[in-house]
Amino acid sequence: MSFLDASGMTGGYGSGADIIRDCTITVERGEIAVVVGPNGAGKSTAMKAVFGMLNLREGTVMLDGREITHLPPQERVNLGMGLVPQVRNIFVTMTVQENLEMGAFIRNDDFGDTMAQVFELFPVLKEKRHQPAGELSGGQRQQVAVGRALMTQPKLLMLDEPTAGVSPIVMDELFDRILEVARSGIAILMVEQNARQALEIADRGFVLVNGENRYTDSGRALLANPEVRRSFLGG
Amino acid sequence: MDILNALVLFANFVFVPATAYGAQLALGALGVTLIYGILRFANFAHGELMAFGAMAVILCTWTLQDMGINLGPLPTALLALPVGIFVAAIMALLTDRYVFRFYRLKKSDPIVFSIASVGVMFVMAGLIRVIIGPDDQSFADGARFIITAREFREMTGLREGLAIRQTQVITIVVALLVMALLFWFLQKTRSGKAMRAYSDNEDLALLSGIDPDRVVRIAWIITAVLATIAGTLYGLDKTYKPFIFQQILLPIFASAILGGVGQPVGAILGGFLVAYSEVTLTYAYKKFLAYLGPEGWVPDSLMQFLSTDYKFAVSFIILVAVLLVRPTGIIRGKVI
Amino acid sequence: MNRRGPLYFGVFLLLLLSVGFGQSWNVALGILNLCLISAIMSLGVNIQWGYAGLFNVGVMGFTALGGLAAVLISMPPVKEAWSAGGAGIGLSLLGLLITVLVVVFVRRKTPKVFRFWATLLVILVGMILIRLVYTPAVERIEAINPAFSGYLGGLNLPITLSWVAGGLIAAGAGWLIGRITLGLRADYLAIATLGISEIILAVMKYEEWLTRGVKNVTGLPRPVPYEVDLMASEGFVSLAGGLGAEVDTAASIVVKLCYAALFVFVLATILWLSERALKSPWGRMMRAIRDNRDAASAMGKDVKARHLQVFVLGCAVCGIAGAMLTTLDGQLTPTSYIPMRFTFLIWVMVIIGGSGNNWGAVLGGFVIWFLWIEAEPLGNWFMQTITLFMQDGYWLKDHLIAGAAYTRLILMGAILLLVMRFAPRGLIPER
Repeated sequence: MSFLDASGMTGGYGSGADIIRDCTITVERGEIAVVVGPNGAGKSTAMKAVFGMLNLREGTVMLDGREITHLPPQERVNLGMGLVPQVRNIFVTMTVQENLEMGAFIRNDDFGDTMAQVFELFPVLKEKRHQPAGELSGGQRQQVAVGRALMTQPKLLMLDEPTAGVSPIVMDELFDRILEVARSGIAILMVEQNARQALEIADRGFVLVNGENRYTDSGRALLANPEVRRSFLGG
Repeated sequence: MDILNALVLFANFVFVPATAYGAQLALGALGVTLIYGILRFANFAHGELMAFGAMAVILCTWTLQDMGINLGPLPTALLALPVGIFVAAIMALLTDRYVFRFYRLKKSDPIVFSIASVGVMFVMAGLIRVIIGPDDQSFADGARFIITAREFREMTGLREGLAIRQTQVITIVVALLVMALLFWFLQKTRSGKAMRAYSDNEDLALLSGIDPDRVVRIAWIITAVLATIAGTLYGLDKTYKPFIFQQILLPIFASAILGGVGQPVGAILGGFLVAYSEVTLTYAYKKFLAYLGPEGWVPDSLMQFLSTDYKFAVSFIILVAVLLVRPTGIIRGKVI
Repeated sequence: MNRRGPLYFGVFLLLLLSVGFGQSWNVALGILNLCLISAIMSLGVNIQWGYAGLFNVGVMGFTALGGLAAVLISMPPVKEAWSAGGAGIGLSLLGLLITVLVVVFVRRKTPKVFRFWATLLVILVGMILIRLVYTPAVERIEAINPAFSGYLGGLNLPITLSWVAGGLIAAGAGWLIGRITLGLRADYLAIATLGISEIILAVMKYEEWLTRGVKNVTGLPRPVPYEVDLMASEGFVSLAGGLGAEVDTAASIVVKLCYAALFVFVLATILWLSERALKSPWGRMMRAIRDNRDAASAMGKDVKARHLQVFVLGCAVCGIAGAMLTTLDGQLTPTSYIPMRFTFLIWVMVIIGGSGNNWGAVLGGFVIWFLWIEAEPLGNWFMQTITLFMQDGYWLKDHLIAGAAYTRLILMGAILLLVMRFAPRGLIPER
């Protein structure tokens, strides 16, 4: 069984219609899994389902062999899941350092080491650690957001479109950093709009259409798959 | 010499009283802004909470006075403050548990909270009037003045005297102390930071494992502390009368909005700005100008911009000006 | 109205009848008249809150403006005062208008950096100039026979006209405040209206040349006959004798009935118009805006202009009710206006009755006013009961009985909170 094994997920928001149907997503430790697909395919919804922000009618979510299908999001954080939302993912009025401290809120041990690691990963944050996060540039804000999520020392890091609205150069750099994070043994699940670039660094890709799995393969294989290329990657 | 006399006159009738009043408004506005920042609604019951806390302080002060316990030259009310704070905090937590929590869980519109706070206001107003009555209550004791006008005149040889009442100094000192503590709490402690995080971005605070119930509880307790102290200081400095605390709600809201809703620093700034504008615009400058003008000249009229009857108009005009020019307030506050 | 609606009104009628039989018909009719006025106020607030979701916490101010209109329309003019200070007051008002125009002009023409200071300067200079004329004029007016007049008086027109005038004045004030605060967030409107009502009241308390301030204007003319005239008329005395009633009781009941008839007519008219408006396309659009502001504005509805309309209408209705109240009292007492009674109590009526439902607002006005009055004996009884075991003269007993009058505040708060929690749609919910 995979480290994260979310299988057969079916559900929607509140009592509304199902947005995802029989959707399966798995991630291994130290691997990057990417969910791609056209707009409205339920990519973000699938991630929220994994994080417990959705009422699942069917399916199970297992983390490290433990069933967590019915746990609320806060408890999933305690179990080692970290989520970086797409928008409003930092505390804009607080300094960079305070943002990281808030990320470590649930930890009672000394988190100085983790903060040092985050600063090592994102050196610019160390430089600006006493600045309000709201004053930073778009790319730097994303770094704060990822850094905040890393402060809990998650075993699974989930990123909802981390490169939305940042320039291509910043995007490349962010992907590099995410690769680095994965190399340290953390499982990464990412929803991406920039499908081609994301699949290039992905160990595993899930192509969702209308809330259902259409293709599941390694990132390389999906990139090579002519059908996927034609339908989802623009040729 | 005349310039000095004019300055002393100004200090005596404008600067000193306005500073004390500003400190009281600032404490009140801090409470309003805190609830706004955390629970995101305009709490119309805040004036009553101030009156309620101050009432508890007064009752305790009377008991202490009867027992012959006092602080010497300082007002006994200071000794009674912790009791008042405790009672007000219990009251605030009870209203949250039995009124506001329900709407919080339902994620109701802020206006619904505000209307509910009107209900709370009614209940608290009734309780206060049943318990202590609607009339003026005096509870100040200890020394009246730090320096009287006569002492000042004898000391300096000036024609004008500067009287500084003890309650004014206590108001300012206590207010500064409370504000310093509050900022230390918000900036340096884990719980304080959690509160700021919750106020900034509720969803992300939840994702970070911050317990919303705990944040809300702490917010109410701090609000009760601020309200009780503000109400007691106002009562010591001026007079305690339940009805006044309904009237003072307007300048308090004006202060909070002027400073930027949800911004503690803004609330303090706003409190002092409103107080200074109120007092400077309603002061009669006749004597002041007479000192500055040529010998023997006295202005015909009172030289007053607004009659003191209209001091509430000052808060209101400030409020309207802020709404028109910079709705977010001096320090950019929340716009829900 | 839902099926339970008529039932509630029936129960209310029974309560009123029981007061009539139990206490006295004078009391019952007195309550009824104020119930009718409360219902109109409650309708005004319901137009703003129920139709558009606007939180007006300045009801007191608009009511007080109605009261002012009653004085300005009905009282005889004080001729000496007019000749002494009328011109000065007129000039001051003109000066005020000119200052406002200059401010608007200056704000258009000056660069942004200086705008604030230029505005401030114009206002200060304008105020100082106006005061040069205004203060002496006011002093002259207030010096004339201060014990009896000391103010300008009114137009000596029938007082029922003031009901219209009160509506118009309140509408004007509502338009002004609405222009400034609508379109901003909802709670800003609340706080701004709280402010305007305090200012209106300050004007009424302290501008003695206009309202006699705390000296009150008494003896307003009535739209109905006076009791003494009735008692003096032979026809009435013989009629009362024929019915077997005391003449003075009969006279005061007849006067109250006359008022009630007038009030019912006004209430019915406003209610009918409100219902028509609510069912018209305009009313549907208002509710659409209330329920989903963003969608409505995306559909090209001018939300702010609609809100202004509805706000002004609501204020006008409150003004009408205010004028009626002052007419009924026969005097204007500015100090009697307190927010608890004239703003927040009206809110309790609207919420209890059922926001968005006109019949609900009327019922809320009836029921809450009835309770507000009857809560006093109720509070007394309550306090007597819980202090039964205490000895006479024991301080706590006296204290509690003295505080009995304020239990009605607790009762109102409790009713509001309970209804909001357990029946948030009120007694007669919106369809």
